[in-house]
Amino acid sequence: MIDMPHFSLQRGAQLALRGESGSGKTTLLNLIAGILKADSGHVLIDGKDMCSLPESGRDRLRAGNIGYIFQTFNLLQGYTALENVMLGMMFGAGADKDFALSILGRVGLEDRIDHKPAQLSVGQQQRVALARALANRPKLVLADEPTGNLDIRNAGVAVDLIRQICGESGAALLLVSHDRNVLDKFERAENLSVINRTLNN
Amino acid sequence: MNTKNVSGIFLIVRKSLAQHKLSTVVTVVSLALAAGLVMSVFSIRNETYDAFTGGPVGFDAVLGARGSQLQLVLNTVFHLETSPGNIPWDMYQSVKRNPNVALAVPYAVGDNYRGFRIVGTDGQLFTDLEYRKGEKFKVLPGGRFFDPLKREAVVGSFAADKTGLKAGSKFNPFHGLVFDERMRHAEEYTVVGVLEPTNTPSDRVIWIPIEEFYRMSGHVLRGTGETYEPAAGEEIPDKHKEVSAVMLKLKNPQSGFMLDQTINRQGKVATLAWPIGRVMAELFGKIGWVNNILTLVAYLVVVVAAGSILASIYNTMNERRREFAILRALGARRSTVFTAIVLESAGIAAIGTISGYLVYAAIMSVTAVIVRAETGVVLEVLRFQWVLVITPVVMILLGALAGVIPALKAYSTDVATNLAPMS
Repeated sequence: MIDMPHFSLQRGAQLALRGESGSGKTTLLNLIAGILKADSGHVLIDGKDMCSLPESGRDRLRAGNIGYIFQTFNLLQGYTALENVMLGMMFGAGADKDFALSILGRVGLEDRIDHKPAQLSVGQQQRVALARALANRPKLVLADEPTGNLDIRNAGVAVDLIRQICGESGAALLLVSHDRNVLDKFERAENLSVINRTLNN
Repeated sequence: MNTKNVSGIFLIVRKSLAQHKLSTVVTVVSLALAAGLVMSVFSIRNETYDAFTGGPVGFDAVLGARGSQLQLVLNTVFHLETSPGNIPWDMYQSVKRNPNVALAVPYAVGDNYRGFRIVGTDGQLFTDLEYRKGEKFKVLPGGRFFDPLKREAVVGSFAADKTGLKAGSKFNPFHGLVFDERMRHAEEYTVVGVLEPTNTPSDRVIWIPIEEFYRMSGHVLRGTGETYEPAAGEEIPDKHKEVSAVMLKLKNPQSGFMLDQTINRQGKVATLAWPIGRVMAELFGKIGWVNNILTLVAYLVVVVAAGSILASIYNTMNERRREFAILRALGARRSTVFTAIVLESAGIAAIGTISGYLVYAAIMSVTAVIVRAETGVVLEVLRFQWVLVITPVVMILLGALAGVIPALKAYSTDVATNLAPMS
């Protein structure tokens, strides 16, 4: 259970939330993404209240506005890198192969588009997940421990890439992590356990 | 559902079928067998019914010994079954003169050559009979029809093909309708012609002059009630002659009613099988229960096949829960996931049913060959049947229906729970 005070993220802004295991990081992101529905309060995405929408409305709002990078990437195993990226588009902005290819190129996977996740390194899988999250030109990117499965060097590179690409696209970025090295790269970082009133009480 | 979602659904279906290749192939094969079997059962039923009740036989009625009309028709038209007995020659002459009769052809049966029936008849069969509207028997080049007073034979195309007989060949008939090497007649016949294929039961017959049939050693005539064996060179008095049946071409449908009245309702010595199609339809009526059982089996096979789709997809549901959760997290709605599973199920049914046409073609081809070999009746395997449309439609609908249960499971997948791990 989490109880969050009001906070907002402007277009292009980047915020990191620090939280230990069990602090409610994933729950918070799932609430923002509309995967979970808050018991009370509001989650406003581009002016639309996620909490007042029925499930199908939340699905639509998420598909059109939010890119989600999971800790374990959650790539679909039977799909190639390109198909993973395009499938997300098919439920959102619509399939645009040229854009999918360009974004895969932007994350350095132009020569891996026909590879399936099992044929890619962990770092490459992470970049596919990033490309998929950005494929719908989202207004908000949620990143849940995106470097949890990477070594320190790759983690740093990945975070830089996420920040850079989000910055280029103008998407706001909300990243949660417990990794100090990751958090230190952000100008703005909050401690989730401090702002989560449930834990504090 | 918009077009963006549709392309996503098709991608999900395509990927799932590829990822579960083995179970997909096994299910498709079982569906193909089911569809092929169902289509074949109905088609064979319709085709055999039409071929045996409405196929070309050239005659309208058969006159034979008192007894079963069906036995009479099977024996004379389809060259199956045994003869119910003989009728005297003067009865043949009498019916031939009857004003209702356009053509009367005598048949005498009782011998075979290597299992193919030998039928004694006269030249009218070749000169006057149209076995199909506008078509008469023709011999292949180099042959001719038999001389009615010589030991000559004309061989049907299928019989010629199977026995190797050709113009110029000589053979000895065997007594009885079932081939037994010990029953060889001493008389030797010369084949003077092979008939062109007619795609009728006549293709299985060896035709000889009826006069020479009487003269075969061991053939005893009882036209007067007493036994008579013709001596060589002696003219056979008509009173001693008998025929197994007389094939009749009537002048019009009313003629059949009048003959039926005279022979079947008032007479006591002969049977008129008329119309031939009705007699054969009675046979199908009697064995209708066999068709009902086959139909029931076919339906059960379809149900089992639909069950196999359900089982094959349902078994993958647990391993696919995370996939559904990811799809939902990417923005796919519950209805999208539901539709994808139903479509996948219907897709498997569609592929299976289309493959079923190959099974159908194979079964029908083999059946047609067997039916032709056994009866001479040719089934039109390429003829359009509504069952060829109805079966795929029903099976695809059943496939979609079978997908509903696993689809409901996918529909109810909880996204947050299945997007492991939590942090």
